[in-house]
Amino acid sequence: MSDKINSPRSGFDRRAFLTGAAGTAVAIPLTARAGNETAQAPEAQDPAAPVQVTLRINGDSRTLALDARTTVLDALREHAGLTGSKKGCDHGQCGACTVLLDGQRVVSCLTLASAAEGREITTIEGLAEGGKLHPMQQAFIDQDAFQCGYCTPGQIMSAIACVREGHADSDDNIREYMSGNICRCAAYPNIVAAVKQAAPEILKG
Amino acid sequence: MRSFSYQRASDPQAALQALAVTAAATTPLTEASSQPLAGGTTLIDLMKLDVMRPERLVDINPLAGNWAQVDLDGGNLKLGALAHMSQVAGHAEVRQNYPVIADSLKLAASPQLRNMATLGGNVLQRTRCSYFRDVSYAECNKRNPGSGCAAMDGFNRMHAVLGTSHQCIATYPGDFAQALIALDAAIEITSKSGPRSMSFAEFHRAPGDTPAIETVLAPGELISGFAIDGRWPRSVYLKVRDRQSYEFALASAAVALDLQNGVINDARLALGGVATVPWRAREAEAVLKGQKLDDALAERAADAAFADARGRQHNAFKIALGKRVVAHALKKAIAMEI
Ligand SMILES: Cc1cc2nc3c(=O)[nH]c(=O)nc-3n(C[C@H](O)[C@H](O)[C@H](O)COP(=O)(O)OP(=O)(O)OC[C@H]3O[C@@H](n4cnc5c(N)ncnc54)[C@H](O)[C@@H]3O)c2cc1C
Ligand code: SF4
Ligand code: FES
Ligand code: FES
Repeated sequence: MSDKINSPRSGFDRRAFLTGAAGTAVAIPLTARAGNETAQAPEAQDPAAPVQVTLRINGDSRTLALDARTTVLDALREHAGLTGSKKGCDHGQCGACTVLLDGQRVVSCLTLASAAEGREITTIEGLAEGGKLHPMQQAFIDQDAFQCGYCTPGQIMSAIACVREGHADSDDNIREYMSGNICRCAAYPNIVAAVKQAAPEILKG
Repeated sequence: MRSFSYQRASDPQAALQALAVTAAATTPLTEASSQPLAGGTTLIDLMKLDVMRPERLVDINPLAGNWAQVDLDGGNLKLGALAHMSQVAGHAEVRQNYPVIADSLKLAASPQLRNMATLGGNVLQRTRCSYFRDVSYAECNKRNPGSGCAAMDGFNRMHAVLGTSHQCIATYPGDFAQALIALDAAIEITSKSGPRSMSFAEFHRAPGDTPAIETVLAPGELISGFAIDGRWPRSVYLKVRDRQSYEFALASAAVALDLQNGVINDARLALGGVATVPWRAREAEAVLKGQKLDDALAERAADAAFADARGRQHNAFKIALGKRVVAHALKKAIAMEI
């Protein structure tokens, strides 16, 4: 294997792959047994061993060998090579890591990768289509809705959900329903303007 | 974070089995080596801080198929423990018949967190006391029984003025629980010995001599849901905080009234942000019953609610603030058009 493949950035970690491929550990679905057989919970796997997790990210399936502690945010950034989602606080407080899970916005820093298995994850990298920016990305540029840009991927993911939820119908509602995304540069007025600009196009599409 | 194993339970029976493996009834629930994982917004956060250290997580989200209902049937409300906060906050019938419930959830946390967090996990959320959350402080009776309390003479602006003990003054931070306790909700619990139901008012335990024990739930038991009798269309949740949105309460009030010709036939009042546990203010309710609300009565009820309050160096302002929140919430409830 070349060093290139071994780089975690490429989403492929040789050591983890070898352990995972040996089939030592998979997340075990527990099901109560039917009939009169005495029900026994299966033994938990060795907590130190990586688990094979298949994530659906922006429409692609990615099988990664991950420590059980890995959050969706770390899986994206450290293992899938998708660094668009940002880590601000790592404690659910800032919104920089916001992604869509089955279309709903969540903070990926408090979501375990194992628990996201089988669900559709959408990140900032999955928004543009055929080289054309998503209307919300375009609106953030048009309205100058950022300064340093660190909070922006989270703001954009959250803003798309805010519109789809029907919460972008007034400035007050936009402010309330965007409050989970902190902007240290305080680009808030322009963020409200961007959400307003993109909302009709998103609702139409 | 310490390492742990992760397992997914596909139904309640499987979850109970997985949790039972290491459940010892004598351990405080929060120290149990197996913990159910719902939204993870309390659990994963506290595991990252090394405040909670389970060895095994049992993911109970697949139980949503059994336990995520929002049912208004025959004038009663049933809420499943795996229902998400956002789902209930945005439910049209809940909003119309139980505004205090919808608003207690809508005004909590952020849209992202409300999409993740479940009702069962919500009532088990843990205090935001900064000394509790930071393991570099040795003194915390809740985290480390017998070690002392760094907040007593520390920075205690966010701490409780009601229900405190010589061991712990940590505030119960949640909002939804105030709505539940005001409406006399029942909590439904499932264990290996079967389901049971109890008054939600008896679910949380004041810190007393054992602040590490926060509820009567035992390791290996699961919350399956909540039940409320009757409808409470004239009800409000008022929350005052340091910023307008996405912040825990400094003081909050859950109010539900039943009016007959302008006279208060029944009154329910619970307080948040000011007490160590979800706090029902029965003395204030007694002041209100059989009366017509005016400014003087609202003030008397507010005084009654905080009669036993005890402030410390930085949090005494919560007594005056809490009284104003109560009076304001009562007036808002009276003014509602239903
Ligand atoms: C930044 C931030 C801001 C917040 N602001 C607010 C706020 O303003 N108001 C507010 O009320 N809350 C607030 N919260 C708290 C949030 O509402 C709770 O963390 C959430 O409701 C917990 O639910 P969960 O499903 O994520 O629980 P989890 O974290 O999954 O579980 C919490 C605990 O309960 C146990 N558990 C979960 N479900 C069950 C069950 N069915 N049976 C038995 N045990 C169970 C778990 O084992 C764990 O010990 C905030 C949280 C964060 C991170
Ligand atoms: S108030 Fe309670 S939780 Fe906070 S430091 Fe004191 S004992 Fe610990
Ligand atoms: S990094 Fe997830 S909320 Fe801050
Ligand atoms: S643009 Fe800098 S944090 Fe928002």
